[in-house]
Amino acid sequence: MGERLLLRGNEVIAEAAIRAGCQCYFAYPITPQAELLEHMALNMPRLGRTFIQAESEIAAISMVYGAAGAGVRTMTSSSSPGISLKQEGISYLAGASLPCVIVNIVRGGPGLGNIAPSQCDYFQATKGGGHGDYHLIVLGPSTVPEAGELTMLAFELADQYRIPVMILADGLLGQMMEPVELPDPIDPASLPAKDWATTGAKGRAPNIILSFEMDPDDLKQMNLDLQSKYRTITENEIRYEEYETEDADIVIAAHGTIGRICKSVVRMARAEGIKVGLFRPITLWPYPYEPLKRLSQQVHTVLTVEMSAGQMWEDVRLAVAERAATPFFGETGGIVPTPRSILNEVKKHVR
Amino acid sequence: MERSIIISGFGGQGVILAGKILAQAGMNHGLEVTWLPSYGPEMRGGTANCTVVLSDELVGSPIVDEATALIAMNLPSLDKFEQTIAAGGHIVVNRSLIDRQVDRTDVNAFYLDMNEIARDEVGNPRAINMVALGAYVKASGTLPLQVVKDTMAQSMRESGKEKFIEMNERALDAGYNAL
Repeated sequence: MGERLLLRGNEVIAEAAIRAGCQCYFAYPITPQAELLEHMALNMPRLGRTFIQAESEIAAISMVYGAAGAGVRTMTSSSSPGISLKQEGISYLAGASLPCVIVNIVRGGPGLGNIAPSQCDYFQATKGGGHGDYHLIVLGPSTVPEAGELTMLAFELADQYRIPVMILADGLLGQMMEPVELPDPIDPASLPAKDWATTGAKGRAPNIILSFEMDPDDLKQMNLDLQSKYRTITENEIRYEEYETEDADIVIAAHGTIGRICKSVVRMARAEGIKVGLFRPITLWPYPYEPLKRLSQQVHTVLTVEMSAGQMWEDVRLAVAERAATPFFGETGGIVPTPRSILNEVKKHVR
Repeated sequence: MERSIIISGFGGQGVILAGKILAQAGMNHGLEVTWLPSYGPEMRGGTANCTVVLSDELVGSPIVDEATALIAMNLPSLDKFEQTIAAGGHIVVNRSLIDRQVDRTDVNAFYLDMNEIARDEVGNPRAINMVALGAYVKASGTLPLQVVKDTMAQSMRESGKEKFIEMNERALDAGYNAL
């Protein structure tokens, strides 16, 4: 760890990827993640690593497939419409159990949408997006320093479980600056060798990486193996933050940018004597159902707040069931709810 | 203690850089900070603005309902943000481009001719953002002027623009002394 630097979220994700030992980065430009690509364009060649501005998002994710298959740490990044284009490749990466990191700096949708911050890609990130029975690990940073930490973690988890990991942030987190201490760099040469990678079969039997199996029984086995892996991840990797929940009557459930904004809401509410806490999932998949279920037993209301029409709300209701009221407050179109607007919503649920 | 400052003007007036230097100065002064730009089409000639939050504790929301200060470098900026500033807050007005008074009576308004000061006193019309920042530092008392100067110099050195340090120091002084 070094000095405190004032950096943008996009820059910190890029720099953290470099320090995590990312050797190949492929992407196509799009607002509001352009600074991420620019940081990689400037710094990857200096380090003798690979930066390619691909001819399309689909080409970029396919290059990630190739680099991941060759056993190196690799990443792509984009924003909502670009991530939609990558879905075929993401499904293939998941099916082939290839480790990689995919960054989505979400903007308003659907369609071409706009370039303002949004959380409207939560369903796509956590429930599929591409075809087939697969999951990504999905990490939702709420601050610039956390974006760096979770990017480092993403590469570790990807390699550990041979799974694509998505960083789900948004345009606000990508564009804003905050003090950050960057982590010490990892030397890619020090990383454990991947004996499954296609590194040239000289002197050994060939390794074959596929997401293709014509025999239904064999494809079923591949699916069973994936599901087994997902259970292991769910048992070991759930992460979340609780803030001022000990004596709370109302808990706000919010992730990412809205999660941090709701910390201000909690402080404002408590200054007025309203006992509010915050439950902030950090792993959006696997979702922290059990911790939220436990918490819902001590409160009368779990208010979900999102920059969407209510996507994580479904997971909150799965966790809470009938144990507490589960109202929703959100904004769409790239509008970020302000602390006061959320506080006003909280007050409607005071009993 | 939390302060939040909106710096707003035309694209090209340097409001984004002024905000970065203010945020970095806050960080160098030991505060927690966030800097949030407006991004998008306004960056290409319309109204550009950024929000800086300076706080003793980790910043929750980088967007604010009621900023404690506004630096309005053109009329659309004053029109857009005047009513959102917290009571008792500070509004620094660029009188060169704003031919009206602040309507609010529950805020502290400060007026200076930023364009003329930059052009005539500093000798560089592009220095208006540092004139504005110097004025804000005086009006608010949030940070010592020297910390802002040192941060500006650090920022210029890091981007290979050492030759502008002296001129920008004079601009900060000119804004500071204009109030």
